[in-house]
Amino acid sequence: MANLLFYTFTFLTLAGAALVVVNKNAVNAAMFLLLSLVGVAGLFVMLDAALLAFVLLLVYAGAVVALFLFIIMLLDTTPGALKPFKTTTIAASALGGALLLVGVLSLHHRAQLPAPVTGAAVPTLKNYAEMLFTTYLLPVQVVGFMLLIAMLGVIVLSKKFADPEDVK
Amino acid sequence: MIAHLQPMLAVTVGLDHYLHVAALLFALGFFGVLLRKNTLVIYMCLELMLIASTLALVAFSHFNDTLDGNIFVFFILTIAAAEVAVGLAIIVALFRRRHTVQVEELNHLKH
Repeated sequence: MANLLFYTFTFLTLAGAALVVVNKNAVNAAMFLLLSLVGVAGLFVMLDAALLAFVLLLVYAGAVVALFLFIIMLLDTTPGALKPFKTTTIAASALGGALLLVGVLSLHHRAQLPAPVTGAAVPTLKNYAEMLFTTYLLPVQVVGFMLLIAMLGVIVLSKKFADPEDVK
Repeated sequence: MIAHLQPMLAVTVGLDHYLHVAALLFALGFFGVLLRKNTLVIYMCLELMLIASTLALVAFSHFNDTLDGNIFVFFILTIAAAEVAVGLAIIVALFRRRHTVQVEELNHLKH
């Protein structure tokens, strides 16, 4: 049963991702991104990280994909026909994909992956909170500052200057 | 068909399986970044690559019985949200100046 669920979620994830890449309409691509994210959230649940799955759906499906759709509709670009890919680009991606494949296969065959351990660290909300507020307290604060800086950056970027020459 | 699937379903899903999924997802995002011309779609594919890395982190964390990987995923999600906001603001600003989001038309630095 668990295996069946794993393969279902994997299929959702990979099919969604593949359709993002080949879809000529940006709105449809965003929708397939959503599908892919739902698959990843399912995989997270299978890895005992239900909280992360929830956060992923909340942040990505709730905020990021909505923002993408908003911008796509705001910019109103016409979905032209998918342009044929350049030969150099195809060669580069084939090379990159082949390298990645070699990496994964070497990991699979040579490297000694740690044997699965079971027990102690159960990802409960309490454990998360304890780690976030003790070991990772400084990173949490740094990330908070970074969000503030990102917000300021977005405000500056989206501010309309009176004259385009002002930017220079 | 069912009999053919039986051995596949009998194997316990382990770290390897999750890592393969993560690698394939990363590869798909990578292909998208290289092949597509629409800046917005390129951005979505970047997100896919980021998600693939978080999947690998969560899988390693689960199979090593630790929580640190999951905590890292929290930070990655935060950074990704901030990154999307800033990136889309840049794309909107770019569209205002150039009236296009196709990368092959955004080549003023080249000439």
